[in-house]
Amino acid sequence: MVLFIIFCPIVAAVLIMVGAPARKTALTASVLTFAATLYLLATFGDGEHGFQHVTSFTISPEWRLSFTTGIDGLSLIMVVLATIVTVAAVWFAGTVERYENAFYACLLFISGGAIGAFASIDLFFFYAFHELALIPTFLLIGIWGSGNRVAAAWKITIYLAIGSFILLLGLILLYQSFPPAFRSFDIRRLTVAVSLGQIPADAQHHIYLLLLIGFGILVSLFPFHTWAPEAYASAPASAAMLHAGVLKKFGLYGLLRLAIPLVPEGARHWTTLLVVLLLGNIIYVGLVTIAQKRLDWMLGYSSVMHMGYIFLGIASATILATTGAVVLIFAHGVSIALLFAIAGELRRRTGTLAFDELGGLARIMPFAGLAFGFGVFAAIGLPGFANFAGEIMIFFGAFKHGWTMDGFHIFQIATVLALWGVVISTVYMLRAYRKTFMGTVSEQWKQLVELRPTLRVPVTLLVGALICCGFFPQTFVRMVAPTFRTYLTANR
Amino acid sequence: MNLMFPWLILLAPLVSATAITLFTLRWKTSSSAISIAAVLVSFICSCLIFAHRTVAAAEFTWIGISGVFHVPLGLTLDQLSRTMAVLVSGIGAVIHIYSLGYMRDDEGKSRYFAALSLFMFAMLGIVVANNFVMLFIFWELVGFTSYVLIGHWFYRDAAADAANKAFITTRIGDFGFMIGILMVWMATGSLVFAEIAPRMSTIAGHPLLLTIVALLIFCGAVGKSAQFPLHVWLPDAMEGPTPVSALIHAATMVAAGVYMLVRVAFVIQGSPAALLVVAWIGTITAVMAALIATQQDDIKRILAYSTLSQLGYMIMAVGLASNDAAMFHLFTHAFFKALLFLGAGSVIVMLHHEQNIWNMGGLSRKLPITFASFLVGALALIGCPPFSGFFSKDAILALAYERNTAIFAVALFTAFLTAFYVIRMLLIVFFGNARSDIARESHESPPVMIVPLIVLALLATLGGFAFFARSFLSLPVEREIAIFVPALAIAALIAGSGLAIALYRNRASEPVDLELLRHKFYFDELYSSLIHWTQELLAHVSAFVDRWIIDAGAVGGSSRGAWGIGALLRLVQVGNLQAYVFLFGLGVVAIIYFAIFRF
Repeated sequence: MVLFIIFCPIVAAVLIMVGAPARKTALTASVLTFAATLYLLATFGDGEHGFQHVTSFTISPEWRLSFTTGIDGLSLIMVVLATIVTVAAVWFAGTVERYENAFYACLLFISGGAIGAFASIDLFFFYAFHELALIPTFLLIGIWGSGNRVAAAWKITIYLAIGSFILLLGLILLYQSFPPAFRSFDIRRLTVAVSLGQIPADAQHHIYLLLLIGFGILVSLFPFHTWAPEAYASAPASAAMLHAGVLKKFGLYGLLRLAIPLVPEGARHWTTLLVVLLLGNIIYVGLVTIAQKRLDWMLGYSSVMHMGYIFLGIASATILATTGAVVLIFAHGVSIALLFAIAGELRRRTGTLAFDELGGLARIMPFAGLAFGFGVFAAIGLPGFANFAGEIMIFFGAFKHGWTMDGFHIFQIATVLALWGVVISTVYMLRAYRKTFMGTVSEQWKQLVELRPTLRVPVTLLVGALICCGFFPQTFVRMVAPTFRTYLTANR
Repeated sequence: MNLMFPWLILLAPLVSATAITLFTLRWKTSSSAISIAAVLVSFICSCLIFAHRTVAAAEFTWIGISGVFHVPLGLTLDQLSRTMAVLVSGIGAVIHIYSLGYMRDDEGKSRYFAALSLFMFAMLGIVVANNFVMLFIFWELVGFTSYVLIGHWFYRDAAADAANKAFITTRIGDFGFMIGILMVWMATGSLVFAEIAPRMSTIAGHPLLLTIVALLIFCGAVGKSAQFPLHVWLPDAMEGPTPVSALIHAATMVAAGVYMLVRVAFVIQGSPAALLVVAWIGTITAVMAALIATQQDDIKRILAYSTLSQLGYMIMAVGLASNDAAMFHLFTHAFFKALLFLGAGSVIVMLHHEQNIWNMGGLSRKLPITFASFLVGALALIGCPPFSGFFSKDAILALAYERNTAIFAVALFTAFLTAFYVIRMLLIVFFGNARSDIARESHESPPVMIVPLIVLALLATLGGFAFFARSFLSLPVEREIAIFVPALAIAALIAGSGLAIALYRNRASEPVDLELLRHKFYFDELYSSLIHWTQELLAHVSAFVDRWIIDAGAVGGSSRGAWGIGALLRLVQVGNLQAYVFLFGLGVVAIIYFAIFRF
């Protein structure tokens, strides 16, 4: 089943490349993948630790390299996120003027690559699948983008290539730091080896730093974030949805999957650095977001800012906060996809996303206004949406880290600042909504057309996912928490 | 009783809001019918639970990681919450019905009723929540529905701005509230009210910590109940439809801050320092809002400032450590203020959305029933015996007299001001000559709006009498000194009314002009310049740094490229992105291959 979920989009992409009808094939493949994921979700064994649905093909016994896939609670949620966003991204793509087949194939490659990375238990394929997904992202921006698309594509390519390169160095060092008897590409074996104390603390410091910077660049950790807003502003909506919603989360997933269990001592050593950087994401980038004058740039910066909360969960490395981080990864992915989707539809109609030129659009396009409103309030952490559930777990988990009755320490201060970040994000989100959808409508927009009725399906899917997880976060928590319980209790 | 039965109070409006949003947005009549049915179900359930003294409700887990964190969803059904549930759902029901008339021809009627149902869900959730996180959840949802309803006419710039202002300002209060909740959880290890109360002794050894926690939690109430210095959003919230002003911005939501403080009194009352701050914040708000109200010309804004002022009284009572007095005033205020707003709504609708009192005049003859009920509300508000406001305000004044003379003096002065501005409004709106054509041509509102007025007028009259109120609340104890305080209060009332009559009888324009009060002490101007010089300045500086230093530095650095793939590929100089990306892919594969397999 896991193999089907990984390869369905990839095979469909290949079929489209050789001439299958682009949109129909893509939509069928993404819906099938989503259905299969729902089946996995329904049959997932809650109480079990470790990976389920494991399949393994040995490639090189000498190197202990094998194509091994499987899911545990953590990766299942990532896969669910990927498949939901894929359905929506494909659905929103609509008709493409140039090279339609290549466009849809790229979307499906991103999706398949991301799913493959999330479901790989093998380090090599974990990395390779991510690279597979990155390349079509660059193409989507460079070929089908808008505005200054070539410059944006160059920038994201250079940044992410450097990030991947540093990450690769980190992974190689990690592999090398195990004594030969314990070397393996299998993440499960490595985890076991670490719990026996196989990596010296000194080596962990270097490795973690490389992983942090490598993954950090991929997730737009401050100060390596400036590629993101520009790339998302130029990218076609579907590409922005898939990258900001899914692929970017690979870096966070990597930190949770590899850095925390394999180099815990390194993580502890660099905690202060990470806290400072993530506050850069929350406060500094939050302020930059307030100053934005265009909707797409605002969304791009806001997605950078919200990464700070997830990093806060990762930095505090408590079961509660890391579980919250996973819930927030899911929630942010779905909500930012919704926002980019609607913003893309607006750009298609108005040709501009500058706040000064927009206004009152909810009167002309009530459904777009409603959908965007859901996204806005999810993003600012309104209870009832998944984002709130994730954030609150992160806040509680982080605040608890190192608490004493006589004063605030670094994590308490960071939590307080992060809470102020909630106010900052309320300011820029509501201001953007006000300037785009509320107020008086200018004459030129009175003729705009409402979203196609069929788009109600992906919007309902995204909003439904946010609300289900927001009302019943326990379903997610029950799946994810055991993963971290094993990791975090084994190490400290 | 079935364990799920009490949940019906919450579920009915939630189902209604969902059903309207999903299915009946186009059918306005069905939407309003669903919404009214839901609020009636809530009201009947609340009454049954109120009558049935021992009720238990099922409990669920919202988030639970064993041994680490547990947020239950459970109901508190004590005397306090049962009374409050009846009050909220009862007034809610009256206002739903009134809205049928007020919003009859509105194009967004379905959206309006969906939001109203969601509001009932959220507000009743605050009332029955049994732990801090659940309280906070509903607290935020109430803020959201308030945003939606203030911005109901979102295509008007003023309404859109007011909605944003309300939500953002209350979020600033919630920032403190959340920190307070986090600290309570850390200090006591629980979020459930019933478990925290006996564990408060663990914080008692750290008086400073306790004071900070109490004040942080109070921040939440400052935002939601619009207390100084976060009071600025409430007058602007009057841009919403008038029934919303009555339900949310007078009778229920803004009182949620007071209710919350009473609910967590075990935290607040542990710290005398915090109590003193709370009492003074309430006092300052009461007198400041009353001063501003004396110079306003918009009928709804006058009522909004009077709401601020009365909320100040309630917060004052909380700060003077009397939950009974605070809840008593909350109870009577809910009736008479809802009544006043609905009366004002009746006037406004009949005058085709004219809100300036100087364009009214002589309406007592045109709208007799509206006038009579408005008069009842006004007399209750100024604390004229035997109307309900007299008893509840007297309870607070007596309390202040006993515990803090300075606060008592200010409170008494506020009572004088209240009488002054209310009588001023009454004279200008209902007496003298009609000062505009629409005022001359107006007539009485339809029955669907009049009947709610009469119901509320009855309650505003009866609400203060002990025989009535005691069946809902535990009333504050009467003391020996009590005779002296009401005498002073009535003197203040007579002085205020007398002054208003002397100044405003038969006037056609404002005889007094006090810039400072007319401009609401310049709070809006102060805050916007504050925001301009802090947040906006920081934002623009950050954006500049991001663009010209971080971005330029990083990109410049990588393209000058001493290392990394950027420089490597610059050598290739293809300039064609597809070729570039292809090379990149090849390169990565090659690196992996050489790095791992040929090490």
